[in-house]
Amino acid sequence: MNPDDQNPASTSAAPASPDPAGPETTLPVPASSPMFEQARGAGQLSGVPREAEQPLALRSTGKRAESAGRTPRKILVLGATSGIAEACIRLWAARGDALYLVARNPDRLAAVAADARTRGASSVGSAVANLDDTAGHPELLAHAINGMGGLDVAFLAMGVLGEQGQAERSFEATHAILHTNFTAPVSLLTWLANYAAQRHAGTLAVLSSVAGERGRRSNYVYGSSKAGLTAFVDGLRNRIDREGVRVMTIKPGPVKTAMTEAMKGREKFADVDAVAATLVKAIDKGKDVVYVPGIWRIIMAVIRAIPERVFKKLNL
Amino acid sequence: MHYAVGMPTAVELDFNPPPSTEASDKAGGPPPFESWGRYPEYPAELKQLHWQGDYPRAIDGVHHGALAVGMGRSYGDVCLLKDGTLLQTTGMNRLLDFDPATGLLTAEAGITLAEILDFAVPRGYFLPVTPGTKYVTLGGAIANDIHGKNHHHAGTFGCHVTQFELVRSDGRRMLCSPTSNPDYYAATIAGMGLTGVIPWAQIRLKPIVSRKINYQGIQFHGIDEFLDLSSQAGNVEYTVSWVDVTATGKNFCRGVFMQGDHSQTPAPLKPSPKPKLVFPMELPGFALNRMSVGAFNSLFFHKQMKKRVSTLQDYEPFFYPLDAVLKWNRMYGKRGLLQFQYAIPWEHAKEGTVAILYEVARSGLASFLAVLKAFGDVPSPGMMSFPKPGITLALDFPIKPEKSFALFDRLAEMTREFGGRLYPAKDARMTSAQFQAFYPQWERFARYKDPALTSSFWERVIGGQLGVKGVGR
Repeated sequence: MNPDDQNPASTSAAPASPDPAGPETTLPVPASSPMFEQARGAGQLSGVPREAEQPLALRSTGKRAESAGRTPRKILVLGATSGIAEACIRLWAARGDALYLVARNPDRLAAVAADARTRGASSVGSAVANLDDTAGHPELLAHAINGMGGLDVAFLAMGVLGEQGQAERSFEATHAILHTNFTAPVSLLTWLANYAAQRHAGTLAVLSSVAGERGRRSNYVYGSSKAGLTAFVDGLRNRIDREGVRVMTIKPGPVKTAMTEAMKGREKFADVDAVAATLVKAIDKGKDVVYVPGIWRIIMAVIRAIPERVFKKLNL
Repeated sequence: MHYAVGMPTAVELDFNPPPSTEASDKAGGPPPFESWGRYPEYPAELKQLHWQGDYPRAIDGVHHGALAVGMGRSYGDVCLLKDGTLLQTTGMNRLLDFDPATGLLTAEAGITLAEILDFAVPRGYFLPVTPGTKYVTLGGAIANDIHGKNHHHAGTFGCHVTQFELVRSDGRRMLCSPTSNPDYYAATIAGMGLTGVIPWAQIRLKPIVSRKINYQGIQFHGIDEFLDLSSQAGNVEYTVSWVDVTATGKNFCRGVFMQGDHSQTPAPLKPSPKPKLVFPMELPGFALNRMSVGAFNSLFFHKQMKKRVSTLQDYEPFFYPLDAVLKWNRMYGKRGLLQFQYAIPWEHAKEGTVAILYEVARSGLASFLAVLKAFGDVPSPGMMSFPKPGITLALDFPIKPEKSFALFDRLAEMTREFGGRLYPAKDARMTSAQFQAFYPQWERFARYKDPALTSSFWERVIGGQLGVKGVGR
């Protein structure tokens, strides 16, 4: 529907390192590149084309009451086509926030962006990128932040469930899960944390999982990737919270999304829209650690308390 | 590095994990996909479509037929496929475009009418046609070419579908509208999902200034009073009647004629609150009987004390009285319910309706959701569309195998004798001969059917005539 979003390019085509002199955590300001669609109407950067015509839907009068008189938040969503991310995007769009969406599949990203635009996001920018490509992160983030003219919230929602059985047989499969769920978000957070800390502002909301709280026989590979992520995010909070940056560890229980389709007991999983409503509120407040639904704080406390000599006999 | 002689090399060692000792989870899988009538019940594989590009990839390796389904609000087996693959579209529910100047809304086909209303009402727009529940998908509304209380003004839902995309199982994608692929456009509206999968569609919404409906309820006794009220209400947008099918003698064919228009007085356009009530359990089979339903019907008739009442009412209770209680079909217990809905043309509408109401009253089979309406003459673009000018009557029966099936079969035969037809979306019983008499255009329609798609309904009424599983041409 929106061919301008369907950009087949990916950041893997970007230069391998932004700074050959060595690791440097200042985000580069790249020249305008056809790889990224700049946020509509943002135009903070010279050379960024300003969209003369807003989509008609943005002129609608149907915004919710709470959006009246409130400045839109500038929200970057990494992994925007994941089920939980998309449900949050709908809520942010409906209240008129400014969004920049990043995902790997151009068709899916175009559909999510069209939906956000139609629901009333004040601007929607998007970039097609494979976030496994950590070398492309600084340029990607610079485009997103420049496109929105700043950053209030970065929501890291990319991740894969992987297949435990396959991972047990092959380190390659295990490594792919660890890379997508741990290494790639760590790379993004390294850049984003320094950007936010320098400005003493911003919220970094990271989707981890209750699965990271204890290694279980049925999914310890996914679990360990999320355990590492939780520890990293918790530590990052302890480093930069005092700089005025909110760093959030979000731990959902099982949620009904495409990712959990094949899992058994799915009828009992949490509704993704209810989870998103909780998260949008929690991100507004910048809470430290969020279990969602809240009952998982108690469930995981119980699961953590089971002695290992008993736990190892269980089929959890 | 030194290796001891005779040590196995990496190639010889088995690095594979031993087979799991865990007892495999007991088989059973997901519960079967149920239609709203919960009859018949068939096992099928259920797959979710989340993205427009998921189809036809989702049916790779599927050899027993497939069918796209939405919310499963059809009563019978048009949304079922025994031992086949059901592709549920509800995860494909994105809004793609909206023009507040014209009311043209483009959305993925798995979006529900409830989700469309949540978006459109605060923006001053309403559905052009709505059925008695908002929990149906856009794709389902097109596939069954649903109708509503404004049929005599607006025609069917298909009349307001400006365009959609149709994907065939061979991967061909077609833009369908009155001018682009008009034959597939006509075959797909009311095409029962058999012509292909609809990833997205565009409809024209209509403007409103208030959530309120100017409502009037008028008691009537007998078919003549109903027909008079119907003809007097020609200028009213919405009309429908509830009729007491348990009453006999002097109360025969008594009912309440309900009519309404959108209020023209501007008022706040808030979104609807979410329903909180869920019907808690299945009632035992004996709970709905002649006594309890007769009592309910008497109460409903006399709840309206005066001959005529007028109020300003929110659109939710006016259009969707039953949506306030989720899963209300549990009221009919485990066995489920049968719906019966006919349309009989004006020529025989009156005698046919009287004869059928009489037959229902005489059978003593309880029905308290009986709805009577005069259809208008706005033609539908759909080749297989159900409504035609005349009278339509819709009834529910709890399923009591011998009795309700015998009554149903009698009513279907009577419908045929009066030149009427039944509604596939509400049917679980009509015979092949009846279907082909009701819809003589079926052979032309079958030319547009996708060979990979079928439904238990289609297998029942056509199946054998088109070869194995009705997937041939």
